[in-house]
This record gives sequence, C-alpha cells and structure tokens, in this order.
Amino acid sequence: MFPPVPNPSTGPQNPKFGENDLMRRSASSVTPPAERQTEVAKLIDVSKCIGCKACQSACIEWNDTHPEIEENTGVFENPHDLTPDMFTLMRFTEWENPETNNLEWLIRKDGCMHCEDPGCLKACPAPGAIVQYSNGIVDFVHENCIGCGYCIKGCPFNIPRISQVDHTAYKCTLCSDRIAVGQGPACAKACPTQAIVYGTKEEMKKHAEGRITDLKSRGFANAGLYDPPGVGGTHVMYVLHHADKPEIYAGLPNDPRISPIVEAWKGVTKYAGLAVMGVAAVTGFLHYMVNGPNRVTEEDEEAAERLTGDRSS
Amino acid sequence: MTNSWTDIKNTDLVIIMGGNAAEAHPCGFKWVTEAKANRGAKLIVVDPRFTRSASVADFYAPIRQGTDIAFLLGVINYCIQNDKVQWDYVKAFTNASYIVKDGFAYKDGLFTGYDEEKRDYDKSTWEYVIGPDGYATVDDTLANPRCVWNLLKEHVSVYTPEMVERICGTPKDKFLKVAEMISECSSPTKVMTSMYALGWTQHSKGSQNIRSMAMLQLILGNIGMRGGGMNALRGHSNIQGLTDIGLMSNLLPGYLTLPTDKEADLETYMSTRGFKPLRPNQMSYWQNYRKFFVSFQKAMWGTAATPQNSFAYDWLPKLDLPGYDMLRAFELMNQGKMTGYFCQGFNPLLAAPNRKKLTDSLSKLKFLVTMDPLDTETSRFWENHGEYNDVDPSQIQTEVIQLPSTCFAEDEGSLTNSSRWLQWHWPGGTPPGEAKNDNWIMAQIHMRLKELYRKEGGKFPDPIVNLDWAYADPNEPTAEELAKELNGKALATVYDTADPTKVLAEAGQQLPAFAALRDDGSTTCGCWIFSGCFNENGNNMARRDTSDPDETGAYSKWAFSWPANRRILYNRASADVNGKPWDPSRKLIEWDGAKWAGYDVPDIAPTAKPGEVGPFIMNPEGVSRLFTRGMMRDGPFPAHYEPFESPLGNLVAPNIRGNPAARVFKGDLEQFAETASEEFPYAATSYRLTEHFHYWTKHVHVNAVLQPEFFVEISEELAAEKGITGGGWVHVWSKRGSIEAKALVTKRIKPLICDGKPVHVIGIPLHWGFTGAARKGFGPNSLTPFVGDANIETPEYKAFLVNIEPIAGPVA
Ligand code: SF4
Ligand code: SF4
Ligand code: SF4
Repeated sequence: MFPPVPNPSTGPQNPKFGENDLMRRSASSVTPPAERQTEVAKLIDVSKCIGCKACQSACIEWNDTHPEIEENTGVFENPHDLTPDMFTLMRFTEWENPETNNLEWLIRKDGCMHCEDPGCLKACPAPGAIVQYSNGIVDFVHENCIGCGYCIKGCPFNIPRISQVDHTAYKCTLCSDRIAVGQGPACAKACPTQAIVYGTKEEMKKHAEGRITDLKSRGFANAGLYDPPGVGGTHVMYVLHHADKPEIYAGLPNDPRISPIVEAWKGVTKYAGLAVMGVAAVTGFLHYMVNGPNRVTEEDEEAAERLTGDRSS
Repeated sequence: MTNSWTDIKNTDLVIIMGGNAAEAHPCGFKWVTEAKANRGAKLIVVDPRFTRSASVADFYAPIRQGTDIAFLLGVINYCIQNDKVQWDYVKAFTNASYIVKDGFAYKDGLFTGYDEEKRDYDKSTWEYVIGPDGYATVDDTLANPRCVWNLLKEHVSVYTPEMVERICGTPKDKFLKVAEMISECSSPTKVMTSMYALGWTQHSKGSQNIRSMAMLQLILGNIGMRGGGMNALRGHSNIQGLTDIGLMSNLLPGYLTLPTDKEADLETYMSTRGFKPLRPNQMSYWQNYRKFFVSFQKAMWGTAATPQNSFAYDWLPKLDLPGYDMLRAFELMNQGKMTGYFCQGFNPLLAAPNRKKLTDSLSKLKFLVTMDPLDTETSRFWENHGEYNDVDPSQIQTEVIQLPSTCFAEDEGSLTNSSRWLQWHWPGGTPPGEAKNDNWIMAQIHMRLKELYRKEGGKFPDPIVNLDWAYADPNEPTAEELAKELNGKALATVYDTADPTKVLAEAGQQLPAFAALRDDGSTTCGCWIFSGCFNENGNNMARRDTSDPDETGAYSKWAFSWPANRRILYNRASADVNGKPWDPSRKLIEWDGAKWAGYDVPDIAPTAKPGEVGPFIMNPEGVSRLFTRGMMRDGPFPAHYEPFESPLGNLVAPNIRGNPAARVFKGDLEQFAETASEEFPYAATSYRLTEHFHYWTKHVHVNAVLQPEFFVEISEELAAEKGITGGGWVHVWSKRGSIEAKALVTKRIKPLICDGKPVHVIGIPLHWGFTGAARKGFGPNSLTPFVGDANIETPEYKAFLVNIEPIAGPVA
C-alpha cells in the first residue's frame, strides 16, 4: 500500500505555501522564489480505478459545490461533462481491443492536469486570476477572474468552466487549501483502491514505475506513464495500460501542447504588459487570436514567432 | 466470511462470481487491488454483465444468470478429471471417504425421497452408514463405490465443458480458461478466495450456489487458509450482525434455533441438538449447545428462569411452520391473516418481490408501524405518486405510524461487518427533529406493553412481564449495557472445569469468553458467539490498534472478531494432518508438539492432537462435508435447476421446473412466465450500482447527481433488434408488473448463446422510488417473482423473464 497522507492535527496551522511561492501569475510578471518548493503530484492509476466516483463525491463535498441532478442520457458520465460545480469527472469508454478481441472498460478520471507549463494561465488576460505555485499547483483566483473564458481556449485539455452564477472560471484546485495545511487531495483520500495517490512528483513517478512493471507482467506491453512533455510535464499524471494510445481514454490528447497563439500572448504580456497595451487592444488581439480559426497554421506559427521573439526565455 | 476483508490481500487468485465487489463493495475491494499490486494475484470475474469488477479483472467470462451451479460443478468435474485436487486435504479434512447409505441416489434431477405434493424430500437415505460402534463408516482408500467421493464424481460427470456452454452460454474456451486458472490453486502453496454476494443468494437455489463453491474450495484445499475461504460480502454494514443475533423467524442468537411446536419440553428440544461425535475423538462443539441455550434464557428472563421451570423454556415461541420469513409474512397479510406489521429499518415496498402483491397486502393491514431515519416508500405506500405509486388513498384503511429513528452516524453501538468484526462506533452528529434512537423506541413499547399486561392480564403475560429489564434507565437501555449483556456475565463464581481451583469469573463479573458458559444457570449470555466482546478487559469492540505482526493481515488487536477474536475460521486446516503449515509463508497456526500456536486464535482446542481431532470442530464428523447429509432441503449435493422463469428448459433434467424443493404459494405459480415464453422472451437480472446504497441514498443530493435517473441496460444487438436508442425511453414488463425507464445501450452486455439459441440479458438496477432527493423511478421488484431459496427464502431477484419495447416517454 502506498502510505496515505496521515491525518494532520486538527488545530490551526500555518499554510505551507502562499503568495511568496508564486512561480507564475497570469498577465503579470512575478519574481519566482529563489528556492522552488518540492514539486507535488497526484497520480491516477487508470488500471486500478473501478469507476466508483467516490472521488467525484469527495470533490463535491470538499468544495461544497451543488451540481444539478441531470437526466440519464444513456451513459455513465454524470454529470455529463465537467461543470463549474463538478471539477472532476469519471469518463467511461467501452473499447474493444483489436489485438485480443476483449472488451475493455476504460475509466479515466478527468480534471485539471496542473501543467508545468499551463496554457490556461498563459492565455489569461486578467492579472492574477490564475497563479502557479512553485510546488506546481495551478490555481484560479476568483476575485481576479473576469470570466472571459480564454483559459478554456488556452487549455490543451479543455478543463476550465465558466459559472453562469458568478461569471468566473472554475476547475480542480488540486485541493490547494488542503495541501497547504498538510492534507492530501480530498479525491485521493476518498479513493478506495488507491487509484489516486498523492505525494512528491518524484515519489509518484517511482510509484508509477512499479505499477507499470505489474501491468506489463499482465500482458499490457505498452503500459506507461502519462506525463506529457508538450506542456512541460504535469502535476496530475496517469498510469495507462495503453500509454501508446492515450486518445482511447475518452480523448486524452496524444501530445498536448499550448497553442502557439497562446505562447504569443505570453510574449506580448512579457514585453509590453497589460498596462502598456491598453485593455481594448488586448481584448481585440485576444479575440482574433483565440476566437479566430482555432487551427494552428504555419502563418500563426510565424506570427507567434514574430511576436514573441526569443522563445527560449 | 470465513476469512476477513484484510486477509484478501494474501490471495493468489480472486474469483468474483455471484457478486460485483468493485461496484457494491468498493471499500473492501481495495484488498483485491492490494493482492494484485503487491503479490501479483489474478482476478477472474464471471457475470452476465461486464461489470466494474470485470473492468479491472485479468479474465472475464460471461454466464447466464441462474446457472452458476452448472458452471461450478463443471469446474469440480474439470478438477477431478485433470487430477487437480489437494488430495491430502480432501482425504484428511473432508467426508470424501464416508460411506453413504444404500438407497440414496440422484436421478433425473431428483434425489431419493421426493414428494411432489409437498415439494419436499424424505431425507432418511441422505445419511452415512453408521457402524456397530456408533460411528460413521469410512473407506480411506476411496475405493468403495458408495463413498462420498465416488458419488460426487459420478454426480458432476454430466457437467462437461460442452454441457456448461449449452446451459450457461459461457463459450467453452472461456470456461476452460477459468477452470484451468482455478484448478492451479489445488497446489498447497496456491490459494484462491471466493467473493460473492446477492448474485448467489437471490435465487431459488441460492444456498446451493454457495455450497457448490464451498465444495470446490474444499477440493482445492483453500478453506482455513490465509488468502482463501468463502467470503460472503454482506450488503449492509450490519447484516452480518443481524444474522448473528438471530433476527430471523426461526433463529435465536448465535445460530441457536427456535423450538418447534412438536418440541414440547426442553429435553425433547435438546434431543435433536448438541450432536454427539460421528467419529472418534471429535470435538463436535455443538455438544455445548445446552450451555449456550441456558445462558441465553438467563439473559432473557434472569431470576425467573430456573432449573425448575426448565429455564423458562415454555416462554419461547414455538414454530408451527418452518419459519415466518418475509415472503410468508406478506402472503399472510394478503390472506388477511396478519393484521399488524412492525417495520424497523426496512423498506419492503421496494425490497420484497412482486410490488403489486405488496401494496395489496399492506392495504389489508389494520396498522403498520415504521421505524426508520428516512421517509421510506413503505411508510408512504398509501400515497398516490402518479405512475410511480398508483394507488387510491381513499381505498386504503391501514393506519400508518411513522417513528423517526436515528441513523448509524447519530448513535452509539457496534456494527458487525462481513469479516465478523464487531466494531464499536460513536455518534458523529445529533439526530434531527423528533428522531429517537431505536433502543429508546423499543424500550418505550416494551414498558407500555408490560404495564398493560400487568394491569389487564391477557392471554399469556409471563414472557413479557418476566422479561429481565435491569437497566439503569429502563426507559432507555444504553448500547454499552446491551453489549455487556450479549457478552454475558457470571451469576455465581465460575471455575475452570479442567482445574477447579482456577476461577474464570467471580459472581457479577463479565465472562472472559464463551468457554466459561455453564448450563446450570450460573451464567448469562445474550449471544454466545459474541462472548468476549465486552469482558473484564473492557469494550474490545472499541479497540483501534492497527499492529499486525509479520503483516499477516490478521490485525488481531483491532475491534473484536467473533468467535473468540478468531480472524480466520477453520484455521486448523491451514496446517497438514501433522500440524505443519501447508505453506510456511502462509502460516496461521502450527502444532509445536504440545499445543497449537501462531498468529491467529486456534480454531481447535489448544491441546487437541493433530491426527486425532479434525479441524471442522462444529461438525460431529470433525471434517467438512462434500455431502451434506440431510442438512439442506434441496439435496446433499447441489444440482443444476433453472430459475422458475427461464428462457430455456433444464437440459440435465428436462422434466424439472425450477428448484423442486422451493416453496411456491398458491396463486404465485400462475404468475410465473412459462419456460421459453414467447410473451416474455428476455432474461432479466437486478443489481445495485456503485453510486448508490440500496434505497437510502435516494435521499442524498450528491448520490442523485452521480447517477440521476432510473435506467435499464441492454446489449447493442437487442437495441438494434427492438429499435431502442441509448437515452431513449423503454417499457419493460413481466407477468406481474411493468416499469418505464431510460435505456442504456452497452457493449458490456452481449447476447449469450445457450443451447444454440441467443439469450438477451436485460439489467435492471435498483435504487429509485418515489420519496427522497433523486428523480422518481421504479424498482426491479415491480417485476420479480414471489419465490425464494428453498432453504432460507431469499427472493429470486437475479433471474426472471421480461419483455421490452421502446416508447415515446412517460405519459405523466
Ligand atoms: S489542464 Fe488546463 S486548466 Fe489545468 S493547468 Fe493545464 S492548461 Fe490549466
Ligand atoms: S484535487 Fe481536490 S479539487 Fe481537484 S479533483 Fe480532487 S478533490 Fe476535486
Ligand atoms: S475514487 Fe478512485 S476508484 Fe473510485 S472512481 Fe475515483 S479514481 Fe476511480
């Protein structure tokens, strides 16, 4: 058994990270802390998950959200998609393995991946609406959010959702409020099979190795870890039985990347800054870039190239 | 469970059949994931549907519901044919070598002694040959054609892989793969665990489903082993406790039985209990029956139970029938013979079969009392809820009294889980509104009844007015007081029988364990198997020590495991005849030359010599039974019987319909669809979903979000044939009722080819009703037949016939 995060004392505690640990802040430049905190990660072992949705209910309870009671539309996903009140969702795929002719019921817990290189944050025009702590957690700060929805476009995993009630964006927080006081994520705590485990990113990668060896011994030759390099790796990772085909798991992107347009935007804020550009220009630019043709053409790439200049920074 | 949840981590192979542990027991299922992840265990799932358990299985095989016995006897046949038998175990620890009486036979689906009129057997030939010494005759060479082993071999020979495929619809190659994987566990160092639940019990031959697997486990030598056993996954947190405490119409606590009206006095009652050993030297632990029984009577009637009045034997009710189970209760109500009904923590309107019959029956009552934390459908059976409860309240005269009670999180007490662990719990919240805990409610009813009897006399006041009620506050006994009573105490000094100078308990002290019980009235004990749970060491159920030396999974200092804090039943069988563990890495206990010792509390007298005393100490034989003599109503061996409603006839016994020994009430038979009915061509089954807990979580918003609306599951093939689309509405009906639901079209259900014909399976989950937070819906019990298991009357919920058609949507 992977040692679960022990129950901390119930007395008041000082948060283990905060403002001083910000690594990135949307539409603003921050001086990253001199020393980075140990990177954390949540590992979701799809091969251990039984689709019980305890994680979903724990997420609802902890975050005190109130998703709607929907209808049955002939599927097991309930609610039917991520919503501003449902930060994580079990997605079910009935996949007939062409090699074995066996049915496989693939159940993937969907939600924010906490990208090392977060597209949402880079696309966000509102200063401080999205932040990234040096432990890797990407968090939304609702009082700064203007509800424009660009984070959705910027996210290669299609995660954030805008609330129709307060017009701000919501997604999984990696339970930053719990982690700050030494607790694990609520979903990991609730998961009965330890399909979800939480620890440092290094520990998680090591734990995943053991799981992958086990899966290979059971005939899953392509078992592997999903920690996509296109977004700099993620702080939520998957163990997949078929890591060569992530797309069979309800469309998990094969090689997720931040759209170059968003990268471009990052460049703009970096050099010009929101204050200098003026809000009208910003929104205009973004509208073109984000709501325009969403396909990345060579032309876009070039435009991006021009705007950002030196991309290695 | 013979073993425990935590022990499942020690297994090499998990077979989930007759259950869906990942779905219905997700928390316990963690031990399966542990076994898989840490010791490379394999998981097999055999089920009509590709379930959530199947989604993490190493191998899945489909099976038609209600044909498990054919499948399992097929596996036994495979093991015998391929010499995959743990021979040393079978020869020493089972009754394989016992000689069966001449006259016993099985032919055309029936055992000797069948009476068609009574639907019952004369079981006199289902017995061993008893020698002149009074003991059963055995042939250790297994050469005698009348020994159990040879009769079994013959009995299972018809269940060939081909026959299994024809009956069960399991493709032969898949069956053989399962049989092969299972048979590997006949090695003394490989162990399989069986995890099952209502998928096996809710059949007209439910008990025999379980027996079939128990026999297989004995043949493989997996009973008493770490990582082995027969593990019943109980559907409620305290259903194990309910059975232990004897909440069945024919039981007393601790699996003692209620007298029948033919047993007019205590001596007659005792004459058929307290079995004498059937082989030399055997413990035959039920020889202590009288101690358990007398101590129970003392717990009930205290000083009023005396040797002179046979410890108040006359005050026990005497059964005129085998039992007053739930089905009989509703049958009697329907006949107008039962006029009042107390319903405590039970929602029969959704939980009992044939909903229409239930509503009719409840409507004939004079009064109905419900004691429940929730506003159940049963307490609202008289209320019109459109098509979901289409009744006319003006036509129902039943007076309904609802007593709101506390839920488990609002009171103190112990719950007994599947592992037989009595775990103490403390209130986590305060009860809302007028809710009162069950102890208070029961005490109030008792106090008032007692007062009425005192004042008015009445027909038979003795058992009520003499009931021992010595609680600090008679109006509300505490959970601790009741638990202490279950453990038992000494009324006079109790001495050790082996060493009369040694005092086991002084008068007034809590008893250390059931070994201290006496039959002379000097001890009390509410439930002998629980004795030890609350002794002079304190409340052992409240222990929370997670230490586990050598990580055996025993966790012996966590809570209290009945009996005697033993974690694995029959653990003596984990060692060979000489007392050495079959598998040293799985040692539980061993014989050190003078006594038994090890990680667990030995399930044998500590000084009982190996080779002399057998490991199955409750049986007068000292060994386990492949042949159960007359202990079960429907046969000493299991045999394949089709469900009462089946898409095909019985292929091994074409003249037999259903289980020939199952009770069927007049009028219910007419309500069964005929075999291979054209009117009702589809094989339906019912089950729970992981998002829900029975009918309770209907009252919880979060659970309603996670699985919001009633649906039925069908295959893509049936959907195409019927023009049904996923998410569209369907109408499903049986000979007894009809429901409307959304359709969930899935690859996880496939038509089965049984005897050359396709059988379509329809899955009907339970949860929805007409009270609570969730959307209104129906339950499978609107459709299911009114018949139960031949031995314990668990309703046949898992296999029945329906028809289905697409509809535009509900009319309402
Ligand atoms: S998954 Fe999407 S929302 Fe989450 S950090 Fe990455 S880009 Fe942002
Ligand atoms: S980490 Fe917290 S917020 Fe994210 S899915 Fe889990 S419970 Fe929800
Ligand atoms: S709680 Fe764990 S096992 Fe259950 S659905 Fe979530 S990840 Fe899967």
